[in-house]
Amino acid sequence: MTAVGPAPAPAPAPASGAATEAPRRMLERVSRARELGIVAAIVIVFLVTTGKNSAFAHGESVQQLLAGTCLIALLGAGETLVIVTRNVDLSVGSVLGLSAYVVGDLFAHHQEMPQVAAYGVGIGIGLVCGAVNGLVTTVFRVPSLVVTLAALYVVRGIDALIVNGKQVDPASIPHGFQELGSAAVFHIPWLAVFVAVIIGVIGYAMRSFRPARDLYAIGSNPDAAALAGIPTGRRVFTAFLISGGLAGLGGVLFLSEFATVASTAGSGYEFLVIAAVVVGGVAIFGGSGTVLGAALGALLLNTINQALVAAQVSAFWNQAIAGFLLLAAIAFDRFLALRVNRALRSAERGAS
Amino acid sequence: MVIEPPGEGSPPVVEMRRVTKAFGAVRALEDGSVRLVAGEAHALLGENGAGKSTLVKILAGVHPPDDGEVLVDGVPVRFAGPAAAQAAGVSIIYQEPTLFPDLTVAENIFIGRQPLRRGRRIDEAAMNARAVELFTRLGVAIDPRRPARGLSVADQQIVEIAKAIAFRARVFVMDEPTAALSSAEVNRLFDVVRTLRADGAAVLFISHRLEEVFAICQQVTVMRDGRFVRTDPIGDLTVDQIIRSMVGRDLSALYPKTVTEPGEPVLEVRGLGRLGAFRDVSFTVRAGEIVALAGLVGAGRSEVARAIFGIDRSDAGTVTIGGRRLRPGSPQAAMAAGIGFVPEDRRQQGLVMDLAIDRNVALASLGRLRRFGLIRRSAETALAADWAGRLRLKAGRLTDPAWTLSGGNQQKVVLGKWLARRPALLIIDEPTRGIDVGTKTEVHRLLDELVSQGVAVLMISSELPEVLGMADRVLVLHEGRLAAELSRADADEASIMRAATGQNVGTAA
Repeated sequence: MTAVGPAPAPAPAPASGAATEAPRRMLERVSRARELGIVAAIVIVFLVTTGKNSAFAHGESVQQLLAGTCLIALLGAGETLVIVTRNVDLSVGSVLGLSAYVVGDLFAHHQEMPQVAAYGVGIGIGLVCGAVNGLVTTVFRVPSLVVTLAALYVVRGIDALIVNGKQVDPASIPHGFQELGSAAVFHIPWLAVFVAVIIGVIGYAMRSFRPARDLYAIGSNPDAAALAGIPTGRRVFTAFLISGGLAGLGGVLFLSEFATVASTAGSGYEFLVIAAVVVGGVAIFGGSGTVLGAALGALLLNTINQALVAAQVSAFWNQAIAGFLLLAAIAFDRFLALRVNRALRSAERGAS
Repeated sequence: MVIEPPGEGSPPVVEMRRVTKAFGAVRALEDGSVRLVAGEAHALLGENGAGKSTLVKILAGVHPPDDGEVLVDGVPVRFAGPAAAQAAGVSIIYQEPTLFPDLTVAENIFIGRQPLRRGRRIDEAAMNARAVELFTRLGVAIDPRRPARGLSVADQQIVEIAKAIAFRARVFVMDEPTAALSSAEVNRLFDVVRTLRADGAAVLFISHRLEEVFAICQQVTVMRDGRFVRTDPIGDLTVDQIIRSMVGRDLSALYPKTVTEPGEPVLEVRGLGRLGAFRDVSFTVRAGEIVALAGLVGAGRSEVARAIFGIDRSDAGTVTIGGRRLRPGSPQAAMAAGIGFVPEDRRQQGLVMDLAIDRNVALASLGRLRRFGLIRRSAETALAADWAGRLRLKAGRLTDPAWTLSGGNQQKVVLGKWLARRPALLIIDEPTRGIDVGTKTEVHRLLDELVSQGVAVLMISSELPEVLGMADRVLVLHEGRLAAELSRADADEASIMRAATGQNVGTAA
């Protein structure tokens, strides 16, 4: 055997600040690029579609676009919290449906019910569902995929039992209550403003509070999180609780927006929500992602959806394109992760 | 902080007295005793399986002790979990630290106790500044705002230590921290340990490298077979005394080795490379010899073995078995050519844990056990019974699932699985990891028997005594390249470690 190359110099001083500056900047650029990339995609789709059909940029159309995004973005905020912890909540659509019908039915029987009570009942239903999901997942250690899949069917079943073939119709919903869901200022629905405020608050909290950072830690490395003394069970439970609560709120907003609720309300939402969250850059295996990204993901999917309608493309393409986008988003994440990993490793090598 | 002179007068920060722990029928720890004093680095020595890790896990609050006492500042305590141990000031720095790859370095240090500003919001600026402060005190420079993903093992350990300091730890338990470090990184770690000692911390230092123990520690505790053997000031002990305390028996009895004349080349590897793992690796293994692949964790040893067996595809070079070139990237081809592969991770890769013992043994020989395309159960049973006898397997029934066996007996099943195929070459990765000392010797005797029957063995091992005891030749990898090839006569701990840490590249003959 022959001698191998010159001896590498023994590693000198540890990594210098300057040498590790580069990968960090790159990472920041990348994570911001993700959100900017989605914004760019939204703008491109919007402009292209407007070029083909100028009605797309009209106020009513934009209003419709934003209104259609609101519920998915709201549910996406809760879903982000759950997915960041390396779990998933598949029950959000069913919870929304149940909440919407129960609140609607209450209005039908008690026209004079204060609006606050409507919100309280809706959110309450969501919190109960979220609590059950969270408890079974954390106490009995059943994978959340299974728990919330079961919840999806159970909650939908309860909903169907209560609805019993009837439906809530607009006539029984007080006009004042429908105001939030239908009114707009300068073609920006109040609903969108309301949801944007909620997302803003959650987004800020996710950056700035210890328990929120714990969620990222849990998703990033569950074993290490437990070793670091993080109450992982309590935190994951809270994430499910919030996701459930937001889905319950979503039901109330659904009612105020559509005022018509059948037993199928919100069915299939869970996949739209997860698609939006993943397209928005939340890692499906936890540890990273923002609620803002998830909201932008929802807006992008809905923009494409509406654009295809405006371009009179068949609804089949609509779903297929959403699927392709999802694949592209995941492939892009994987690609980025590999690139970033390599950059970080080589920076480490170069520095040490 | 004032450094108190350690001695009879100063009470230990942490003390363990006759602590015991059993996992099912396995008594992992029968008498764990150790006294850690402020300002002292205390070495905990013992072979693998001596009970060190169990002792550490009890100290860390991961396992509750079955019996015996753990005292903090002289007061008996019972840790409810890792958080309780941490709150009592005990921090563990694991060999492969477990950080949060997605969080920044500073967040990793302060997770759960980030500095706050008004409204209980995290004060990011203060957090980063304090991280820098910690690193400055430790004499290292790591950017607190970069993510932990991609940090070297050495830097990850430093982050863990900084985290422990931030948690106001007074006891730092370092579980084989130097196993994967280069010598410069080891020196940096030692500087950090000295800083910790000067600040009045107690350090429990676990290492297999005695020279490191002599360089950094003041007290030595030796354990053997789950029992406390002795505690002495380092100055009162010689290397020989320590080794004898650790082993408690003659080395030649542990490593039965018949030196035989090697025969024809069985395996020839030429210029083998795989991007990002290793490159330009060439060597030969002859019939009737054991060739050891040594090197630090991450040097590419397992990767070379996986590429030879075809689990990973090599992108350069050739592998020849008995003069015929092997198709790369195909374990089927490797098996057909007569290679057996005993992987490092028995539980994940070597055995189907829920499957019966006899079925596990037969798993690699199913082709021979078929009649009209159907597997004959009776042939399976006969084959397994035959090998169970030859391997002296200690099992209840051969139809019990594999997980019921002890680690050593599981390893025998994996060996039996491959030996049933009568391989020309056996690749074995960490043959005795996690196996108790008695069974270890049996595995070694089996390897020795195989070799005397003319099988070629390529052995990967992190345990230097095993390498030195069993190998006819030692190949040392350093950062994915072959750094040295040492004959049995030339190989010793020093020469292997030098090559493995990249210090004497060029002496290979």
